[in-house]
Amino acid sequence: MTQRADNVLSQPPSKMAKFSLNVIARQLLRLTKRNPNMMAGIAIVVFMSLVAILAPLLFTGDPKHVDPRNRFIPPTISGSPSVAHWFGSDNIGRDVWTRTVYGTRVSMIVAAAVSSISISIAVVIGLVAGYYRVADGPIMRFMDGLMSIPSVLLAMALMALLGGSVQNVIIALTVVETPRAVRIVRASVLTLREQMFVDAARALGAQPVRILALHVFPNLVVPLIVHATYVAASAVLVEAYLSFLGAGPPPDVPSWGNIMAEGRNYITRAVWIIFFPGIFLTLTVLGINLAGDGLRDILDPKLKRRM
Amino acid sequence: MTVYVIRRVISVIPVLAVVALIVFGLIRIAPGDPAAIIAGHEATMEEVEGIREALGLNEPMHVQLFIYVKDILRGDLGRSILSKHEVSHLIAQRLVPTLSLAILSEVIALFIAIPLGVLAAWKANTWIDRVVMVFATLGFSVPVFWLGFLMIWLLAVKLGIFPAAGYVAPSEDLWRWFHRLIMPAFATGVIIMALVTRMTRATVLETLKEDYVRTARAKGLSESVVLIRHALRNAALPIITVIGLGVAALLSGLVVTESVFAIPGLGRLLLNAILARDYPIIQGAILVTSTVYVFINLLVDLSYAFFDPRIRY
Repeated sequence: MTQRADNVLSQPPSKMAKFSLNVIARQLLRLTKRNPNMMAGIAIVVFMSLVAILAPLLFTGDPKHVDPRNRFIPPTISGSPSVAHWFGSDNIGRDVWTRTVYGTRVSMIVAAAVSSISISIAVVIGLVAGYYRVADGPIMRFMDGLMSIPSVLLAMALMALLGGSVQNVIIALTVVETPRAVRIVRASVLTLREQMFVDAARALGAQPVRILALHVFPNLVVPLIVHATYVAASAVLVEAYLSFLGAGPPPDVPSWGNIMAEGRNYITRAVWIIFFPGIFLTLTVLGINLAGDGLRDILDPKLKRRM
Repeated sequence: MTVYVIRRVISVIPVLAVVALIVFGLIRIAPGDPAAIIAGHEATMEEVEGIREALGLNEPMHVQLFIYVKDILRGDLGRSILSKHEVSHLIAQRLVPTLSLAILSEVIALFIAIPLGVLAAWKANTWIDRVVMVFATLGFSVPVFWLGFLMIWLLAVKLGIFPAAGYVAPSEDLWRWFHRLIMPAFATGVIIMALVTRMTRATVLETLKEDYVRTARAKGLSESVVLIRHALRNAALPIITVIGLGVAALLSGLVVTESVFAIPGLGRLLLNAILARDYPIIQGAILVTSTVYVFINLLVDLSYAFFDPRIRY
């Protein structure tokens, strides 16, 4: 069956040639006109990802380079960003531009890791909970319990146990974010399992694993993509909270929260230490949220009504 | 109705039991020896042994669980490892500042968010709506502590309108208590503001399409009466739900704001306990905040029947 569908969908080579850059550009323009907020969000996310990947090339120095003679230099725009200190320098003379640019790496890694890992785990747990009645009760009660603990508090407690490192931040945030995704998966499975096509598959003698993987899972992809954006936004934000409160990666890791945590004592003297990483952070989270809202409207019009 | 209320109240018990189990399991499933982790790297063998003894970690697991449950049911949350004070006492001491801050943030947030949401729905798809919605999305995205510091920098340091930080007990001086809490309450309330604005806009927009709103307009009621009495009132349920859900964000935000504005509340107690790995306090504080959250959502669910007479379970 699937093979025949593929044949119908596959285009003859002559038509493929029409998918030139021109067409892609026109499509992008059309999307931008239709949903400017989403395209702005995607642009921000792409931009921040590029900043993260290209960090060493963006006129940055060494993020851990200490220069005690040049402490608290106010932001100046002249010459190279890191030498002239476009974003100023901090209490021990480190360049805030360099550290902020490298901070993008920490945030992007955390966002990507937490959203992909927590969603993957949630798919497995949610499919089991939604499909097997016996497992449903215990699993969901446990998830309800996890969700009753305010997220930052739970993440902080986990960090106190695991110790400060980027890897442990990812683990802690995954624990915090997974239950909500499980609930989404399970709710979808509960409605999907009653559908005709699942009955049909079962009647044909398909095993539960096959039904879940080939018939139920594909229908989960859209809501999960949308949810992944919210997980990513929340992960970036909570990582910054943890770093800022001293429960994140060690202070020498240039994460946005860490940079701002050091700047908090010099707010009257050097507000730029806290200002610039905060702008990057807000912009990133805003970008992910805008992209997520737009994706939700396009991919899942039914959800649009709700919020 | 009564059956529903009783069932809903009872449903709180398993959730709280699971929370208690998670809190119990938290230090016990951790990799390595929890007593050694709590004691830190420079601790002597005696200190580690003392902590093990104090936390009852020498007992078999089921005995530990039994003692733990028995203590919780009696309201005994153990003693701080560092200060040796009773945890329940420490938490009680911190409740007033945290509650003041929480309630004030909620009030400020709702006072701003509900009119904004109604306005955005009323002016749907105009530039007013778009500006409101951009601000609402921004409210989700801005880190609470950063906003707090910018407010301190601008309003306290540069303009001198508010004191930079600190807390005054309401029993001491009501006005100074209020004055000092405005900035932190606003900063904490921003997430709730964003949530409630979006939800208000969405649901009011829905109700504005209803027949009874058209009827209300047709019989010549003024636009404000239509919006408030007919549209907003019928949009109340989802808004209340979102307020309940927002309490989690509020409780998380409090930890951060209390640290930024030097308010001696529950959040500060918890943060200090986490940095010092004072586990009995961490467990107690998490247990208490989660219980508060669960009960607020219970109230939210129960209020449905009150706000929407059609609901009879």
